[in-house]
Amino acid sequence: MQHEDVRDFHWYVDKAMASLVFLGGISAIVFIIGIFLFITREGLGFITDGLDLREFFFDPAWRPTSDSNPTYGAFALIAGTASITGLAVLLSIPFSIGAAIYIAEFAQGRTREILKILIELLAAIPSVVWGFIGLSIMNPLIIDMFDVPVGLNILNAGVILALMAAPIMTTIAEDALKAVPDRYREAAEALGATRWQVTLKVVLPAAKHGLMAAVLLGVGRGFGETMAVLMASGHSINVPDSIFDSVRALTATIAAELGETAVGSEHYQALFTLGILLFAVTFIINLTADLVMRGIKRS
Amino acid sequence: MADESKPQPQAPKHAIQTRGLNLWYGDFQALFDVDFDVRAGRVTGLIGPSGCGKSTLLRSINRIVERLGYVRTTGTIDVLGHDIFGANVELLQVRKQIGMVFQRPNPLPLSIRDNVLFGLRTHRDGDRKSRPSKEVEAQIVEESLRTVLLWDKVKDRLGEPAIRLSLEEQQKLCIARLLPVKPRVLLMDEPCSALDPDGTAAVEELIWSLKGDYTILIVTHNMAQARRATEECAFMLHGKLVEHTETAKMFVSPKNQSTADYIEGRYG
Ligand SMILES: Nc1ncnc2c1ncn2[C@@H]1O[C@H](COP(=O)(O)OP(=O)(O)OP(=O)(O)O)[C@@H](O)[C@H]1O
Ligand SMILES: [Mg+2]
Repeated sequence: MQHEDVRDFHWYVDKAMASLVFLGGISAIVFIIGIFLFITREGLGFITDGLDLREFFFDPAWRPTSDSNPTYGAFALIAGTASITGLAVLLSIPFSIGAAIYIAEFAQGRTREILKILIELLAAIPSVVWGFIGLSIMNPLIIDMFDVPVGLNILNAGVILALMAAPIMTTIAEDALKAVPDRYREAAEALGATRWQVTLKVVLPAAKHGLMAAVLLGVGRGFGETMAVLMASGHSINVPDSIFDSVRALTATIAAELGETAVGSEHYQALFTLGILLFAVTFIINLTADLVMRGIKRS
Repeated sequence: MADESKPQPQAPKHAIQTRGLNLWYGDFQALFDVDFDVRAGRVTGLIGPSGCGKSTLLRSINRIVERLGYVRTTGTIDVLGHDIFGANVELLQVRKQIGMVFQRPNPLPLSIRDNVLFGLRTHRDGDRKSRPSKEVEAQIVEESLRTVLLWDKVKDRLGEPAIRLSLEEQQKLCIARLLPVKPRVLLMDEPCSALDPDGTAAVEELIWSLKGDYTILIVTHNMAQARRATEECAFMLHGKLVEHTETAKMFVSPKNQSTADYIEGRYG
């Protein structure tokens, strides 16, 4: 049987476009695997010989540059990251969820549009600018208000990070509320519930998975943030016992030290091990958030 | 509860009365000058071709139509003798007296028990002292579910999410959850259209059994159902109320030509 040859110019354009789009699609996967392989390879030497897991996770002494006896305890760094992120999420939850409720359930027309644009603008502020705000505005403010010697501490970084995480949390939470079918609201209102009762008793419980995902993504955002945290946290190695203590975050440690280490040295590899830890934790957080959100779509 | 044992002194003959009711969705007028009297304690059917305004009329009686910000209404609606647009009338009080059943069963994303108790809890929200005890609540749940013939099927799984029920059971639950606040009027918008024939028969039977205790206004597309399950019938066309009489009369000798045409299936 003789087929007509369809391979004209448009056919080639079509094929080319299809391959291009395909490449674009898989590049995301290629890059993420590439990055993972790279940081693993760089950090692997340390994990296989130098790494003492006990020391790494439980020793607060991060002294990679000590000549006589370098130690690589990441405990203080982990505590720093965890305390800043924890405070940020605690501060951010009421504001973000509140904003999401207002936008999704109460605001109308223009107010709603303007609010959404403002929140997107908040997300567009570069992190170094946030760090700058932490250094030059929050720092003196905290010193004044709380009468503490240093204003670069968990509180400062937590507030900055809360503001940085708020847009993504608000947006995801708003999507979660929007996804609650309107017939639930209608049914509840017909039963005599006020708008506020509808929100509290019907919409929020129905959206709880999405709201959880929003919080998780906020945590992920806080975990990975570097520049603002570096500038606002005080950057001193410390296991904190109050929010007025300066701390140092995992990310900030990598950013500050990597440039000064010899490629391939133990210190260099230890920093990459911190990178693996960060990568793994953010990956798990994002994956959980994603699974939680998929969970809602299925039910 | 005390007021139920005594016959109400001036119980109005009409549970619902509209006068000169017009309604606009934005610029589009959906109801024209509707004067509609629904007799208390009877089952009244609302029929008419698609898009004639049946749902709109029904949804304006409990003012749920106003959820859409762009709805405008003129005219009056009296429910049980009270003007529901009156300045001193509370919307929540109106909705307490008027239960609504929707076309698609819409149980709330809560447990079966919480669905039944939702209205009650909502209306009690103000005064926490009068909150009923667990036993009273359990009794109310049982009573309501028995009324809709659902009790035996669900009594062992009251804590389960209501969405796990079949559509027919969901619709029965949606009727059951109206009962605890003791409404006087039930509005039903094609309550059987999402159900299979068996479900339809079961829900129809249920509606029939509620007759007398409640004033029921039910929209239906199904002529057989209108004929079987209603005592009075109202026919709407293009946003106007065309005819309203005893069901028997309407199906045998309709006064209006368009009513006759519709009943005989000459309309869409
Ligand atoms: N939310 C809305 N916005 C604008 N127009 C609407 C809206 N809802 C209904 N309408 C219009 O109002 C008219 C009456 O609609 P309604 O839903 O009351 O009809 P119906 O008799 O219930 O129809 P059906 O039998 O299909 O349910 C229709 O022309 C419809 O297009
Ligand atoms: Mg309708």
